Amino acid sequence: MSELHTKTLSQMLQDLDNKVYSSVELTQHYLDRIERLDPSINSYITVLRDAALSRAASMDTARSKGSHSPLAGIPIAHKDIICTEGVRTSAGSRMLDNFIAPYNATLVEQLNKAGVVTLGKTNMDEFAMGSSNENSYYGPVHNPWQRDRVPGGSSGGSAASMAARLCAGATGTDTGGSIRQPAAFCGITGLKPTYGRVSRWGVIAYASSLDQAGPMAQTAEDTAHLLQAMAGFDPRDSTSINQPVPNYLAQINAPVAGLRIGLCQEYFDAGLDDNIRAAVMTAAKTLESMGAILSEVSLPNTQQAIPAYYVIAPAECSSNLSRYDGVRFGYRCANPESIEDLYKRSRSEGFGREVKSRIMVGTFALSAGYYEAYYRKAQQIRRLISADFTRAFEQVDYILGPTTPSTAFKLGEKLDDQVAMYLQDIYTISVNLAGLPAISLPAGQSQGLPIGLQLIGRHLDEGGLLKVAHNFQQASDWHLRRPDDNQ
Amino acid sequence: MHDWEVVIGLEIHTQLKTKSKIFSGASTDFGSAPNTQACAIDLGFPGVLPTVNARVYDKAVAFGLGIGAEINLTSVFDRKNYFYPDSPKGYQITQLEHPIVVGGSVDIVLKDGAIKTIQVTRAHLEEDAGKSMHEVYHGQTGIDLNRAGTPLLEIVSEPDMRSAEEAVAYARSIHQLVTYLGVSDGDMSQGSLRCDANVSIRPQGTETLGTRTEIKNVNSFRFLERAINYEVERQISVLESGGTVRQETRLYDSDKDETRPMRSKETATDYRYFPEPDLLPIQITQDYIEAVRLQMPELPAAKTRRFIQEYGLSDVDAQVLVSSVALADYFETVARIGGDAKLAANWVRVELLGQMNRDALTPSAATLNSLPISAKALGTLLARIKDGTISGKIAKTVFAALWQGEATDPDAYITSQGLTQVSDNAELIPIVDDVIANNPQQAAQYRAGKMQLMGFFVGQVMKATGGKANPQQVSDLVQARLLD
Amino acid sequence: MPAITVNQDLVRTIAELSQLNIDAKDIDGYAADMTKVLALVEEMHTVDTVAVVPMSNPTDASQQLRQDEVTEADQRDRYQAIAPETDGGFYLVPRVVD
Repeated sequence: MSELHTKTLSQMLQDLDNKVYSSVELTQHYLDRIERLDPSINSYITVLRDAALSRAASMDTARSKGSHSPLAGIPIAHKDIICTEGVRTSAGSRMLDNFIAPYNATLVEQLNKAGVVTLGKTNMDEFAMGSSNENSYYGPVHNPWQRDRVPGGSSGGSAASMAARLCAGATGTDTGGSIRQPAAFCGITGLKPTYGRVSRWGVIAYASSLDQAGPMAQTAEDTAHLLQAMAGFDPRDSTSINQPVPNYLAQINAPVAGLRIGLCQEYFDAGLDDNIRAAVMTAAKTLESMGAILSEVSLPNTQQAIPAYYVIAPAECSSNLSRYDGVRFGYRCANPESIEDLYKRSRSEGFGREVKSRIMVGTFALSAGYYEAYYRKAQQIRRLISADFTRAFEQVDYILGPTTPSTAFKLGEKLDDQVAMYLQDIYTISVNLAGLPAISLPAGQSQGLPIGLQLIGRHLDEGGLLKVAHNFQQASDWHLRRPDDNQ
Repeated sequence: MHDWEVVIGLEIHTQLKTKSKIFSGASTDFGSAPNTQACAIDLGFPGVLPTVNARVYDKAVAFGLGIGAEINLTSVFDRKNYFYPDSPKGYQITQLEHPIVVGGSVDIVLKDGAIKTIQVTRAHLEEDAGKSMHEVYHGQTGIDLNRAGTPLLEIVSEPDMRSAEEAVAYARSIHQLVTYLGVSDGDMSQGSLRCDANVSIRPQGTETLGTRTEIKNVNSFRFLERAINYEVERQISVLESGGTVRQETRLYDSDKDETRPMRSKETATDYRYFPEPDLLPIQITQDYIEAVRLQMPELPAAKTRRFIQEYGLSDVDAQVLVSSVALADYFETVARIGGDAKLAANWVRVELLGQMNRDALTPSAATLNSLPISAKALGTLLARIKDGTISGKIAKTVFAALWQGEATDPDAYITSQGLTQVSDNAELIPIVDDVIANNPQQAAQYRAGKMQLMGFFVGQVMKATGGKANPQQVSDLVQARLLD
Repeated sequence: MPAITVNQDLVRTIAELSQLNIDAKDIDGYAADMTKVLALVEEMHTVDTVAVVPMSNPTDASQQLRQDEVTEADQRDRYQAIAPETDGGFYLVPRVVD
C-alpha cells in the first residue's frame, strides 16, 4: 500500500479495474504524501482534499456499476494557469490570488469526462514567465532531487509534484519550453503538443501564438493516456486544429526500426554540458541499436530563436495581460483615487518583477517606431525557423537532442541575470515558434541530477514521438528512477 | 479675412444587425439590465478566446457591394491596445491593414438638386465598447459591458465634404443604405449609427490640408450639422485671430451647442497595433460574394429611378417615398391595391405621413407594420375613391376613423356608416331641381354668366345629401339643369 | 540597427503605456534589464528577411465562422460574485472624466 505512488498511471488503471485498491485509497495516499512531503517542495498552491476524496468515491461507485471511463479514478494535478471552475486559479500571481474561476478549461472538462480525480493546482512561474519556478507569488518550488535546486519552469510545480510522486500525472503549459525543461530537470516525461492540438480555451494566456497545454507523467505510456483525453478540436478556440485525435496508445508499441532520427548539429555546440552530451549520444545509440537510422541535420537559424521569442512572447503577453486592471476580477489596490491610480497600482502591486519586465519589453517591441524592427522582424525570423524544420523533416522523421544545456541549477543562482535565465530555453524555444510537437524524457543523470532528452516531431505527430519515447523506455530505466530521500 | 474652404471627412460606426456579438454568442439586444448580456468573453476573463460570427461578413459584404467597393477576399483582425474601463480586455479587436471593404462611393443630393459623389476610403469590422455611466454613482463611474462586443462596421470617407450640409447628406445616405440592406436597424437613438467628424479649414484655393480636429460620437443628424458648424466657426476665429488650430479630439455638447476637447488620455496614445493572434485570417470566395449580391434588395437609387419611370412620380415624391424600405414597400402595396400610383403617392405623402408626423411616428419598419391603417386598408380605401364608391372628401373621414381605431376594414365602415356616394341620377336630379328651385336668385345669376356660383349649387346639393353625392356628377347635373 | 540603450525616460514612457508604476529606485534596474534584452534580440538584425512573410500563427488554416445564434445566458450574478466592486449590476470604478 505504501508503494502505491511508485506505480505508473497505466498500472494504476489496471489495478483499479482489478480492484486491487480503490480510487479513494489511492487519492488518500497521495493526499497524505502531499501533506507530509510538499512543505519542503512547495509544488502545490491549492490542494482539494475533500473534493478529491468525494470525487474518488464517486469514481469508485461508477466503476463498480460497470462504467469505464479511460482515466476513471486517477489522481492528477493541474498547473494553476488552467481554469478549474469553483477553484482558485492563480497563475502563480498575486493578481489572481482571489480569482475563483467561473468556468472549466476545455481540457479540464475532457479530463473530467475521462474520470480523473483532481488533487489540486500546482505552483508555477507567474503567468508562465520563467524557467525556474522562482517567480511565483507562492514561493519557489524546490527540486525533489536536491531541495536547494530549481525544478525548472514555468511548470515547475507539476514537474516537481510528478517527480516526488505527489500525483499520478499532471498538466502543464509550454510556451518556450515550460513543460519540457522542468520535465528534464525533474526526471519525468513531458510533452508539448502541436500548436492547436489541445484547446487553449480556459488556459490563461501568456503568448497566444506559442502557448500549448500538455501532459506530464512518469512514462511515455502514461503521457499518452493523458494526451488522449486532453487533445481534440474545440470550436471555442479559433486556433484549434480540426483533425481527429488518433489512438495514441495503439501507436506507441510500433517499433522504431527504419525511423530516421536526426541529430541537430547546432544543438551540440560548446555551451552544452559534457555529461548531457554523453547521455544524449548514448540514448541515440540505444535507438540506433533498435533499428533507428541516425543522421545529422542542420537548423541554421537556431541562434535566432531566442531573440525572436523574447520579442514575440513579451509582445503578445503585454497585450494579453492588459485585462488585469482591478475592475472585474482579481487583485484591486486599496482606495484607488482615480481610474489611472486603480490601473497602475493594481497592476504594479499585483504583478511580480519578471512579469512587469516582460510587459514593458513587449510594449516597447510593439510601439510606434519600433514595431517594424522588432515585432515584425521577429515574425519574419519565425517563418525562417519554421522553414528550417520543414527542410529538416524532409530528411528525417524526428530530431533528437538535449532538452537543456545544463542540469538543474541552484535556487537563486540565475536570479540576478535575466538573460542567463533566458538562455536556458535554447533547445526548446524554436519548437514553439514553429508550432511543432516535442517531448522530453529522462535519459541519464549527472551528479545525481536528471538529464532530459528531447525529440521533436512533425506537425501532429505526437503519436510518433510517444512511440519513440516508449520504445526507448523499454530499453532504459531512467524514467523509473525517483528522488531517493526517504520517500 | 480669408475665404475659407471647409474640409470634412466622416467616420461612421454602424452597429450590425445580428443576434449575437461579433466575437461571442451573447445577445446584442438593446436596453437590457446592465451586464446581463456580457458573457465571459465580453468580460475578458482569463483564458477566454474570441470566435467570429459568420453573419457579420454577410452584412459587411452587402454594404461593400452597395457602395461599389472592392471586397478583400482575405481579411485579418488586429488588436488596438489602449486602457479604458469600457474596453475590458485592454484592447479592441479591429481591422487595420486588411479591412474587408476597400474603396467605393456614395452619391448625395444637395439642396439645390445637384448630385455630388463622396468617395469611401474603406470599411472594416470591429467590436463595440461597453458603456460608462458617469452620473449614476457619486464619485464613481458605473461600467455596463452589455454593448461590449456588438459588431460594428466602421465606414471611413475621404475628406470630400465641403460643408455641414454635405456631411449630413452623406451621413443620411449611409444611414439609408445600411437600413435598406438590413445591415443595420438604423436606430440612432439606440446608438446604432454614430458619426465622428474630422474637420479642418484652409484658405480657398489652396491644396494643403489644415490641422484637423475630430468630433467624436455624434448620434443625430441635427447634432452633426450643429457640431460641424460650431467647429468651423471656432477654427475660423482661431486662425483669424492669429492662432493655430490644435489637433485634438472633441465632443459635441448639445446643451451648450458647442464642441469641447476630450479630457481623457485615451485619445492621445500609441495603439501598438498587431495582428490578433487568437484569430486566423478570414478567407471568403467570389462565389460567396455573388451569393450575397443575389440576396441584396433593390437599392435606394435604383428604386427612386424605378418609381419615377414606373409610377410616373415626381423626383420629390419618389425621394420621399424611397427614404425607407418600409415606406417604399408600404407605398407600392397601396398603389397596387388602389390602382393609381399618383393617388397613392399623394395620400401616403400627405395624409399618412402628415398624420404620422402629428403623432411623432417615424417611418421605420416596426412602425409601418403596426399602423392602425395597414397598406392593404389604405389601398382598399383609395380603390373605393377610384371606383366611385366614395368621394375623396369622404375618404378622409374614413381615414380619420380608421386611424382612431374605430374600425379596421374600410369597406365595412363605409357600409355601416352609409357613406356610399350617391351617383344615381334618379336620386340626384330631384335634389338638384329642388336646390335650383329654392335659390332662384342665384340660378338667374348663373344663367346670366356668373359661373363661379357652380360651387354654391354643388355645395347645397352636397349639404342636402349629407356630403354623399358624387360631386363631379352633381356638377354636371347642376349645369345641365340650370341651362336646360 | 544598433542596439538601443534604454534610458529612464523610455522606461517611464513604456511604463505609462503599460499602466504600471515604476518606483524611482527601480527605474535604473528596469532600464538595465531592458537594455540587455534588446541586446540579446539584436541578433535578429544580422539576418536578411527582406522577402520573408511574417508568421503570426503556426496554423495554416483560415478562420472558422460561427452561426449567428445567441448561445450565452445571463450569468451576471455568478460573474459579479468575484468582482471587486459592483452595484445595481454595474462594475464600479473611480469617476472617469472624459
